Amino acid sequence: MLLELKGLEVNYGGIRAVKGIDLEVREGELVCLIGANGAGKSTTLRAVCGLLAARAGSVRYAGADIAGMPVHELPRRGLVMVPEGRGIFGQLTVEENLAMGAFTRSDADIARDLERRYETFPRLKERRGQTAGTLSGGEQQMLAIGRALMARPKLLLLDEPSMGLAPRLVTKIFEIVREIAAQGVTILLVEQNARLALEVASRGYVMESGNLTLAGGSAELLANPKVREAYLGEAAA
Amino acid sequence: MDIFVQQLVNGLTLGAVYAIVALGYTMVYGIIQLINFAHGEVVMIGAMVAFTVINALAAGSMPPLVVVLIGTACAIPVCMLVGYAMERMAYRPLRSAPRLAPLITAIGVSIILQHLAMLVWSRNVMAFPQIIPLTTYGFAGATITSVQLTIVGLCFAMMAGLAALVYRTRLGTAMRATAQNPQVARLMGVDVNRVIAATFIIGAGLGAVAGVMIGTYYGVAQYTMGSVLGLKAFAAAVLGGIGNIPGAMVGGLLLGVVEALGAGYIGDLTDLCRYGLGPEESCADGGHFILFGSNYQDVFAFVVLILVLVFRPSGLLGERVGDRA
Repeated sequence: MLLELKGLEVNYGGIRAVKGIDLEVREGELVCLIGANGAGKSTTLRAVCGLLAARAGSVRYAGADIAGMPVHELPRRGLVMVPEGRGIFGQLTVEENLAMGAFTRSDADIARDLERRYETFPRLKERRGQTAGTLSGGEQQMLAIGRALMARPKLLLLDEPSMGLAPRLVTKIFEIVREIAAQGVTILLVEQNARLALEVASRGYVMESGNLTLAGGSAELLANPKVREAYLGEAAA
Repeated sequence: MDIFVQQLVNGLTLGAVYAIVALGYTMVYGIIQLINFAHGEVVMIGAMVAFTVINALAAGSMPPLVVVLIGTACAIPVCMLVGYAMERMAYRPLRSAPRLAPLITAIGVSIILQHLAMLVWSRNVMAFPQIIPLTTYGFAGATITSVQLTIVGLCFAMMAGLAALVYRTRLGTAMRATAQNPQVARLMGVDVNRVIAATFIIGAGLGAVAGVMIGTYYGVAQYTMGSVLGLKAFAAAVLGGIGNIPGAMVGGLLLGVVEALGAGYIGDLTDLCRYGLGPEESCADGGHFILFGSNYQDVFAFVVLILVLVFRPSGLLGERVGDRA
């Protein structure tokens, strides 16, 4: 088990945003966490990477209890998050942003990884010397994902990668997510776009007001009438 | 014309020192949005430590330049320690407090440091021993001394070094990333506390050298010298755009020049006899009746500060506006 949450409770903004959830991600899996806005999905991710303190319960990653560990310690262990809203450094150049992704590394392969990112995202190569704030929303999302990959993650946490993007770009981003997973990176994906998330993920969890209400294989969830009604925008049969 | 070039030379010398001190304000502001009002005191401590060491060694047989270098080399680590200690003890505990709390704390730290310095070094003015042989060079109708040349050269070297550190190294990139978004910087593996401490330490190290230079330039050092110098450098940082590193350099140089030219011309310009307004007995036979003399030199920095805050609060090179300046 790469990531294991047990009885996790998190307070956020004065309320209990996560009310005791159990969640598991095995090595090599692409798991999605879907649910409405405000269900507690992002809060869960922020607790996993230490940006928010867990009120109760445990967060185990690669066999170690990581609750209470300093945030900057986790990328060293291969746990990397792409934050909601992308979080790119707008006044740094594209290349400096990518270099920040490799901040914890000191090996000789960084330059080669950088070239690899540029192969995947040719747009970023064209704009490598530009400040990242001048990029379009889609390019910024690609930069944020590329930057996270520079850390050579074992577990990648993606927080709403489709947010604020045009449909064509959303499709593109999900293709990229699928490719990353195919390369063996374990992914926990938080998404409001339930259909796309379940299409790329092998398993999924459904979160409602701080609790996990459903869990299962993606095909199973896609066929579930409750999911279809609440998250896929289809009328109840 | 001669006085113009001369004041330009003097202004650039002082301005280079202001720029170095302003960097200490702007780097800290850039990274934690705190105006570290105690930074002027760090500069003062640098001068006091260096003067103590230099005075102790002046009687010996060492070459003067070596004595000054040893004095500076002692001042730098002391100031770095002071910078680190104030961040760790005074500002870090207030990192998530409302903005006013660390600001008032900074004023408190400044008062504490100033009075500690008074206890250590007394209220007396410490004089710089006349050990450096002063060579003067003629330059476009003005004279420039070897001390001035050294100060300007050293300041530009330090600015270049700092720019290289901030824009070319891993630590520098981490500093700029932290300044923009500390939370995401943490997610990239940056230990934000260490980066902030490093910022204070670097700023204090620069301040130490600035203290030695300003003390050497004026030939004196005293426990109160940090306040006005600090405020001027702060004005320079605001002029360039607080939080902006090239801005602090430009702002410092510009402020030094404005101040020197202002001091050079204010007497002439406020000579009431020029305008036929002076009392006859003073103005007779080409006499003068000067309203403001060059002792008003210190006023210019603050006039500039007020003008910038009124007309361009984001500064010359700054981008951020609003409550931040």
